[in-house]
Amino acid sequence: MTTQKYPVGQHPNLPPPNNTVGVLFWLKENMFNGVLNSILTLFSFYVIITLLPPLLKWAIIYADWTGDSKDACTKDGACWVFIRVWFDQLLYGRYPSDSIWRINLSYVIAIVAAIPLFFSAVPKKIKLVLAAFLLVVYPIICFYLYYGGGFGLEVVETPRWGGLFLTLVIAVSGIVLSLPLGILLALGRRSNMPVIKSFCVVFIEFWRGIPLITVLFMASVMFPLFVPESLSPDKLLRVLVGVILFSSAYMAEVVRGGLQAIPKGQYEAAAALGLNYPKSMILIILPQALKMVIPGIVNTFIGLFKDTTLVLIIGLFDLLGMAQLAATNPNWLGFTVEGYVFAAVGFFVFCFSMSSYSQHLERVLNTGHRN
Amino acid sequence: MTDQTKSSTPAKPPFWRDPDKRALVFQGVFLLLVVVVLFTLIRNTMLNLEARGISSGFGFLETSTGFKIAETLIPYDESSSFFTAFLVGLLNTIKVSVIGVFLATILGFIMGVARLSKNWLVARLSAVYVDTLRNIPLLLQLFFWYFAVLRPLKNPKQADNFFDIIFLSNRGLYGPKPIFEDGSGLILFALIAAIVGIIVLRIWAKKRMENTGERFPVFYTSLGLIIGLPLLALIGTGFPVSWDIPELKGFNFRGGMVMTPEFSALVFALSIYTSSFIAEIVRAGIMSVDKGQTEAAYSLGLKPSWTTRLVIIPQAMRVIIPPLTSQYLNLTKNSSLAAAIAYPDLVSIFAGTALNQTGQAVEIMGMTLAVYLFLSLTISSLMNWYNASKALVER
Amino acid sequence: MIKKVVLSSLSVAVASTLMMGTAHAGATLDSIKEKGFIQCGVSQGLPGFSNADEKGNWTGLDVDFCRTTAAAIFGDADAVKYTPLSAKERFTALQSGEIDMLSRNTTWTQSRDTSMGINFAGVTYYDGQGFMVRKDLGVTSALELDGASLCTNQGTTTELNMADYFSQHGMTFEPVVFEKSDEVVAAYDAGRCDVYSTDASGLAAQRTKLAEPEAHIVLPEIISKEPLGPAVAHGDDQFFDIVKWSIFVTVEAEEMGLNSSNIKAAAANKDAAPAVKRFVGAEGSLGENLGLEADWAVNVISQVGNYGEIWERNVAPLELPRGLNNLWSKGGIMYAPPLR
Repeated sequence: MTTQKYPVGQHPNLPPPNNTVGVLFWLKENMFNGVLNSILTLFSFYVIITLLPPLLKWAIIYADWTGDSKDACTKDGACWVFIRVWFDQLLYGRYPSDSIWRINLSYVIAIVAAIPLFFSAVPKKIKLVLAAFLLVVYPIICFYLYYGGGFGLEVVETPRWGGLFLTLVIAVSGIVLSLPLGILLALGRRSNMPVIKSFCVVFIEFWRGIPLITVLFMASVMFPLFVPESLSPDKLLRVLVGVILFSSAYMAEVVRGGLQAIPKGQYEAAAALGLNYPKSMILIILPQALKMVIPGIVNTFIGLFKDTTLVLIIGLFDLLGMAQLAATNPNWLGFTVEGYVFAAVGFFVFCFSMSSYSQHLERVLNTGHRN
Repeated sequence: MTDQTKSSTPAKPPFWRDPDKRALVFQGVFLLLVVVVLFTLIRNTMLNLEARGISSGFGFLETSTGFKIAETLIPYDESSSFFTAFLVGLLNTIKVSVIGVFLATILGFIMGVARLSKNWLVARLSAVYVDTLRNIPLLLQLFFWYFAVLRPLKNPKQADNFFDIIFLSNRGLYGPKPIFEDGSGLILFALIAAIVGIIVLRIWAKKRMENTGERFPVFYTSLGLIIGLPLLALIGTGFPVSWDIPELKGFNFRGGMVMTPEFSALVFALSIYTSSFIAEIVRAGIMSVDKGQTEAAYSLGLKPSWTTRLVIIPQAMRVIIPPLTSQYLNLTKNSSLAAAIAYPDLVSIFAGTALNQTGQAVEIMGMTLAVYLFLSLTISSLMNWYNASKALVER
Repeated sequence: MIKKVVLSSLSVAVASTLMMGTAHAGATLDSIKEKGFIQCGVSQGLPGFSNADEKGNWTGLDVDFCRTTAAAIFGDADAVKYTPLSAKERFTALQSGEIDMLSRNTTWTQSRDTSMGINFAGVTYYDGQGFMVRKDLGVTSALELDGASLCTNQGTTTELNMADYFSQHGMTFEPVVFEKSDEVVAAYDAGRCDVYSTDASGLAAQRTKLAEPEAHIVLPEIISKEPLGPAVAHGDDQFFDIVKWSIFVTVEAEEMGLNSSNIKAAAANKDAAPAVKRFVGAEGSLGENLGLEADWAVNVISQVGNYGEIWERNVAPLELPRGLNNLWSKGGIMYAPPLR
């Protein structure tokens, strides 16, 4: 190529030099810049190569996908037939198969009612109505759908509830009810009434200090010892109360973080407007504080969602419990890993999408606060 | 009555309008309510226990247990008391928590830093690690480690043999155990002396640096001290240490030190799960340090490694420590899942076997909860103290 | 004024809460009748004893003795709700009143019967603790197990017997103790332990859950006495009697040759033997003594069957010999006190 002379100021835009573009440059810049980085890169490659191919072979290439009995499991890899056969139980536990539509209906209602909440184009009033519906009316509908006993629906006892359905019931009702309790506790902890404050501190620290399985153990078998005999609600209900109290303590700490982040001027301004305590909290402080801690609330929810697996220790069969139960069925021995993998994927999908959403919220909400 | 108050001091509002008095009444009522509820619960429990003739009290702690425990840090056999069994469980809980916290911290810091690495592949891999592990329930991971990873291990007769001193089988990892003979007390003494020496050295070096600006290679000197002093003592006393090497006898290996599959699975699961949270905390901590700090350090002429150590890490630690504390607490509480895979921790031994053999659920659950509360409060106050010592000193 | 209202309402609240919390005798049967069903604690899955199928229907010997009690009280053997419990949870659940009766292959021991505040209502299965090992270990006797790892259930007499047996014979062992029996089986199957130890019946039952049942043998030694039976909480003698006698009538029925297919005919037969007439309630006041209907025993036998039928239905498929559990007249020790 001959070198051309251009008049001053008329030099055309040339492409960047060859050694600063392309795959090779990207590799060099991002993975092999320096001795240490090269070693790390090679090590990472080694990790990927030792882990990924056997995993793919097991899970996909040599796996059995079709069939409906154990005889179909012939190859060396995973046998997903196992999951296929037990799919309904993994999702709904021992819920009668002719009533599963009741659960599905509740899912559909929830999704249809919740979708508009995620679109900013929907007017705020409609959103409020929908949120109120989801928080107040929907739980009642769910109760009748799940338990039955009204509107001509057959009663399905709680011991037959299970699988992912039970996981969702415990996690969702846990979070919905622990949030208001957590807010109260957080406000109480910041109250200047010594009795209220110390009660809330003791309550929060107690529940945060003990392991969930001891709570579940006490809720499931010791509870009737503490109360009069006439009072002995359903086991699932007691477990729910235990879970709610437990997570409300964590929720309280999250909300407290939000309350502390509100500048003092906001409190003073509310007081200066002549608002009393409940009004200043509901109208001024809490909306700001809660908005700030939404990611924290979602994270608590994710934690609670994962913690629901512990109910299998006290004999309720959630998703993991059902996977274990299926793997100990004499006709289906030896598929423990498939069961665990399915449960793991199930939990991962839920938790990962929630945490991605919370990260997204974090970004969205952050911008609103920068000056 | 109310009218009289009103007429005599009209400026004073009636007491239900006075926030202070209202607060007082409100608190009184609340306190009374709490007391009543607590009293009712306790009374009910007593009545129910009495009505059913269940024995109560802590007398059972002195009776002998009659069952055996696989892993104990203190001498224990089936004729030991329930209180000893309680201690065994407690120590096992502490053991697994301490090791778990240690490993989780190291792994978490590595992964957190790796995620911010400029190396694309390393950053991706650690992102996958973090996102996968923190989104799968711990219990599931525990079962996975225990039941899925245990299966391929061979039985003791075909154990994987490393240099004839370390053996890996489905009974655990057996390795040689040092036996200290007479005169080995000196080695322990040397170790303690080395630790004390290091602490003194650090204080002195810091003072020197503050006064003269000269740095002292504390790390290498410390390393030398902690290895050198016990080694000297070892040579000086003529190697009073022998090794107990595990040997295959009958069904299993005898002698040596063992890491059982239960313990390993629990430690793996706890530390890997927790490390994924710590990694996120570390990442957030490092990212919270303003970029200007790095630039300022560079312009002062600090090397990148010094910048990281002297400028970024100390500032990031302030953000890292509070959430790190709750992860440590979580790990300790999560160690109670041991019961699901037969590791003899406090919940498994005491709130499990002992509870069942004595039937005294109230006392035993009470003691267990008290222990966890105590552990939690201890960890959080330790970390609060550390946090306070690292906090930004503001005027 | 307001103070007065607050204070008086508070004192009412206090008083009412205090009055609420009294437990009274006879409470169990009253609450069972009020609920309309028995809450029965069973094991979480032990084929032949209590096992739930995929639809959640429970079957097994232990389950059948929940059903006999329900048949005696309500005339309906299905008036039972089951609470699956781990060995660890069972006594606490019974003590607290979470369950009305415990029928969960539970060994009757002195300390359980007394200090735990529960009563054993009888023996439904005479058992003993045994050991199961892999055939390829080449072990033929429990005395060769020195140094072995033993998998077992938490909170059982098994844990205590093992410690006794091994120290008595100067042997050592490593206990690996799980909360749930499914986990014990899984760990034993994975090779974590050399030996699986539990009641001999449990070994036979759990063997069906192993990957290769034929590759394992049960050693000949039986190292303990394990009389298994249902238990109830202290404090309601009438309910205790009902549970006790609804076990005994199944044994008595087998002895008398009454079973689910001929009991109705026997009840209708005006010329039956006096013992049969007493049994079916045509004569005497056996039902009334227990506070039950006169035909309570007919309900039990017609709906659940006699002991032999219960055995054949549940335990025989496990290929366990009847042995001690045969009637006393046939070489076993199953014996019911006279019904008169």
